[in-house]
Amino acid sequence: MTENDEASSRPTVAERSLPAAIAVDHLVKVYKQTQAVDDISFVLPRGSITGLLGGNGAGKTTTIAMIMGLVLPTSGRVQVLGHEMPEQSASVLGRMNFESPYVDMPMRLTVRQNLTVFGKLYAVKNLAGRIKELADDLDLTDFIDRANGKLSAGQKTRVALAKALINQPELLLLDEPTASLDPDTADWVRAHLERYRKDNNATILLASHNMLEVERLCDRVIIMKRGRIEDDDTPEAIMARYNRTTLEEVFLDVARGRVNGAKEAVR
Amino acid sequence: MTDISAHRGISAHRIGAMILRYWYLLLSSWPRLLELLYWPALQVITWGFIQYYIAENSNFFARAGGTLIGAVILWDILFRGQLGFSISFLEEMWARNLGNLMMSPLRPIEFLLSLMVMSLIRLAIGIIPMTLLALFLFHFNVYALGLPLIAFFCNLIFTSWSVGIFVSGLVLRNGLGAESIVWTLMFAIMPLACIYYPVSVLPVSLQYVAWTLPPTYVFEGMRALLIENTFRADLMLAALAINSVLLVASFGAFLALLRSAKRQGSLLSGGE
Repeated sequence: MTENDEASSRPTVAERSLPAAIAVDHLVKVYKQTQAVDDISFVLPRGSITGLLGGNGAGKTTTIAMIMGLVLPTSGRVQVLGHEMPEQSASVLGRMNFESPYVDMPMRLTVRQNLTVFGKLYAVKNLAGRIKELADDLDLTDFIDRANGKLSAGQKTRVALAKALINQPELLLLDEPTASLDPDTADWVRAHLERYRKDNNATILLASHNMLEVERLCDRVIIMKRGRIEDDDTPEAIMARYNRTTLEEVFLDVARGRVNGAKEAVR
Repeated sequence: MTDISAHRGISAHRIGAMILRYWYLLLSSWPRLLELLYWPALQVITWGFIQYYIAENSNFFARAGGTLIGAVILWDILFRGQLGFSISFLEEMWARNLGNLMMSPLRPIEFLLSLMVMSLIRLAIGIIPMTLLALFLFHFNVYALGLPLIAFFCNLIFTSWSVGIFVSGLVLRNGLGAESIVWTLMFAIMPLACIYYPVSVLPVSLQYVAWTLPPTYVFEGMRALLIENTFRADLMLAALAINSVLLVASFGAFLALLRSAKRQGSLLSGGE
């Protein structure tokens, strides 16, 4: 992040008085015999971009699903934009949105039809104008009247991103937003997310396996392993603590259980 | 920008959005439209000829013209009403779109209301041509039943929605592995609903069970109208009372199954 980026993401006095975008408190999820999430807590301030890192089965998707209210916690609390989830979800679902590889947009509907349906669900004002704006921003114009099922993977990702941004959410939850994209499209998506966060002071929580993506986008990283938070800090601080120059090396250290002296000292 | 106040209470525009979603889908797929028309037409033609044949060889059926073909039409209202509801729901499972909907401001009651409206639309597409076929091929005018037809229709559609809501909850909870229940559950009540024969045909113990099912009252009512020219309002009111209980119970079951699905994490998988 540049100095200008940091200045623009610094909260104003009014924003500091707002409740946190996400507050997770002693969250636990147990599926029968499996402990998917094991007593995690964190608070994400408004306007931040946080990366949720971890190997397969680390509990990232379950954590995001609990924040969204799609999965009920076994115990613990989740607050989103100051509202308890899932009890007060009706007050908050219209102000957030998400993109995930676990869901699709209806394949037979055209891009415009899909965006129209979701825009109406989110009560978007001047919907036609918003769709045009997104089509221009995300370069959807050439295929906006094509069925979603006939699009390439990159085009589908852009459409899913358009759906996630249709209501100009204050909170955006992204699960592997650039998975299966070529490097050029992935880079383009990241640039768009950065711009969106800056322009709207939105909060973004993204789960990713792409360490370069996290290094580039996130001002904070939460590393999960076996359902627990292994580390939680800025990318720079984490890399320094592990005595590594990339998050990928840190990721491998965590995944393979390597603990160096610096990390030991922190513990 | 979104209108936050629009997210409170039951919202007609969110229900409208879902109806629009299913309408787009129907218009984009001729096999879906054909499927709505073909089976009811096949049913009415087959049973119409059976009715002709039996009437020529039976004094009773010669007097009670239309009971078989009327029963076929009313059964199709019941069966197609439930399928119309459940298939719209399954479309979300097949499209892996349920997570998007559950994460949106759409409320479960709004989702169910939109499925009810879609079941009426799908039913109209299939049943209206069916009734016209019955009129032109077999001179059976179901609309001549008049006001009682509205009572029959309402009771049957309420039952179909109750079954549709319940099986949708089961699929939500158990994934597409439970899909076959959608197609078969209505047939489980078929023998006891006494569609083609009077309740008195059943053994006494089964008659008690039959009278717990609202469609039994409708089909008895239809026979009373066609054979004795009597409209049995008492039967329709009894059916309505049972339907009210069934609708509330099925909605409660749906919410409980949705909660269970969220506990199990099956909204994310949605698979087998």
